[in-house]
Amino acid sequence: MDKEQILTVPGRYDQIQVICKFVSAGALEAGLNKDDVFHVELCCDEATTNIIEHAYGAEDLGPITVTYEISEEAFTVTLQDDGRPFVPDDVPEPKLPKIGSTSQGEALDDILNSLQIGGLGIHFMRQLMDEVYFSFNGARGNTLVLVKNLNPEDQE
Amino acid sequence: MSNSQLSISVESMKRVELITIAGRIDSSNASELDDALKQAMNDGKYNLVLNFKGVNYMSSAGLRALVAALRECKKHRGDVVISEPSQRVAEVLDLAGLTGAEDPLFKVYDDDVSAVGNF
Repeated sequence: MDKEQILTVPGRYDQIQVICKFVSAGALEAGLNKDDVFHVELCCDEATTNIIEHAYGAEDLGPITVTYEISEEAFTVTLQDDGRPFVPDDVPEPKLPKIGSTSQGEALDDILNSLQIGGLGIHFMRQLMDEVYFSFNGARGNTLVLVKNLNPEDQE
Repeated sequence: MSNSQLSISVESMKRVELITIAGRIDSSNASELDDALKQAMNDGKYNLVLNFKGVNYMSSAGLRALVAALRECKKHRGDVVISEPSQRVAEVLDLAGLTGAEDPLFKVYDDDVSAVGNF
């Protein structure tokens, strides 16, 4: 049977660690290895930071609700806020440095720009999680779903 | 900031500032790292070795401080290099594309002696 846990915290940076501990405990219980637990933690941290910085625009402007669900197939984390739409499809992929393509100064400016708009956090989520879904609903704010498959070797 | 889990110590050497960081870096305390790096640069120190052995967790908030410092130091013909990154820090730097390439933005050294010797 699926197991679900819910945590609601104020949208503040000092709550990142509270969220990380909550999802890590779930990820461990789901049987993820230490590296995957770290990846889940990092992605939830980046998601929380983006909610505070971009959906709310500052600290203490609304709650963040984190839910995790353990099923046979996957560990799924959902983060919800009541803030402004944050549509990552509008956030360009970070321009990561390519050898010889730009000067180091230009590469640094590109990365700094991407860091300002939350692009690197989204890049981490897309690299480290198996599935990432964003949606916005006027009544409920933003919903972000992060999925880590539990038996990737069984899946084609 | 009352219960930050970050400790930062700075050792001034002949040509280099050796900055040793320990703890967990996320958006709640990355400004402390940013402030420490800015203070070194305000003092005219643009050759920075950052030891990350004791950092067991770092998000992109920490990277923001590192990249901003590297940008500023390069403008002054200095550099920021990484020494002894923990496995977690090394992974985050690689994921962001800041290390690992043939000509990486941040050079990484196995120990402080070789990191300092780079300058």
